[in-house]
Amino acid sequence: MSTLHTVNKSPFGDGALSSCIAHCKAGDGVLLIEDGVYGALAGSAISEAVVACSADVAFYRLEGDVAARGLPGAKLIRQVKPVGYDGFVDLVTEYDRTQSWL
Amino acid sequence: MKLGIVVSEGPYTHQAADTAYHFAKAALDKGHEVPRVFFYHDGVNVATRLSVPPQDERHIQKNWTALAAANDIDMVVCIAAAQRRGILDENEAKRQGKDASNLAEGFRISGLGQLIEMGIECDRMVMFGD
Amino acid sequence: MSDAKKFLYVNRKAPYGTIYALESLEVVLIAAAFEQDVSLAFLDDGVFQLTRDQSTDAIGVKNFSPTFRALGDYEVTKLFVEKESLDERGLDPSDLQEIVWEDEEEDWEEKPSIRIVSRAEMADIMADQDVVLSF
Repeated sequence: MSTLHTVNKSPFGDGALSSCIAHCKAGDGVLLIEDGVYGALAGSAISEAVVACSADVAFYRLEGDVAARGLPGAKLIRQVKPVGYDGFVDLVTEYDRTQSWL
Repeated sequence: MKLGIVVSEGPYTHQAADTAYHFAKAALDKGHEVPRVFFYHDGVNVATRLSVPPQDERHIQKNWTALAAANDIDMVVCIAAAQRRGILDENEAKRQGKDASNLAEGFRISGLGQLIEMGIECDRMVMFGD
Repeated sequence: MSDAKKFLYVNRKAPYGTIYALESLEVVLIAAAFEQDVSLAFLDDGVFQLTRDQSTDAIGVKNFSPTFRALGDYEVTKLFVEKESLDERGLDPSDLQEIVWEDEEEDWEEKPSIRIVSRAEMADIMADQDVVLSF
């Protein structure tokens, strides 16, 4: 049994991503959506925590939100995989439950 | 699968109603069912039919109304949250002695029990808010 | 109750500044009628919802904190509060109001509804649910 967590806020002004990382379990997934995609930036104040967590938690970013915000692909954390809205739906069905870190 | 959706932030200020819309559309395109969408907190404001965004912007309420009509989605607006924020259907407007109602087509006003029921009956529930 | 689903209501926001805490409580009160397995989680700023001595006269907003003490009557008896969230905010359990429920099985003995749990235990509780609603 595993959980898909969604995070929709920038980690630089809000604790949702940190709290999510502190509560997710091995085998879970974390999907960054809306302003949450800023958490996919490499070399940031939180990127080490994301990379460390990604050892046993799968990270995803919603591509439409990344593109809308003009985040340069070269500056994104490699371990955070791109998905579209259809991929978002697949993730929701693949994991047993969804928890939104609102 | 049956996917239940909760929208818990208002339109335009927050992206929640947009993301939920794209998610619902993608789910339906993949052959999943979206039996119900529940609007709560400021999310109830999606259901006003008086919204008039500039023509070159998306019309969030109309998009939802069209999606629901095409796919038989039950769009429920929480009555308690709606009354606080001035979202009324005709019956409620009459009951409360108001001179106008503003609930858009395709939405219905009902209780929080509909949210719990959605949680019980759907295989997954996804919340969009802030 | 075997086919009841496990519902967790996650509260991460402080009361009054925004309406989430109050409207979360309104959901929980309705949910109680559905005979599901209901738990509440309080973490991050959500722990502020449970402080004692809330007095809202000056801000003109309804004080809903006494409603937490009525949850036992609705058979909502599991309020999990995260210890690390309290610690980070300089609070300890004695800063929270006392909330009890009466155990019908044990001659209506009053038992505490608030259970202080570690962050790891909170993660286990979250992972053990069918439906997680966040407020």
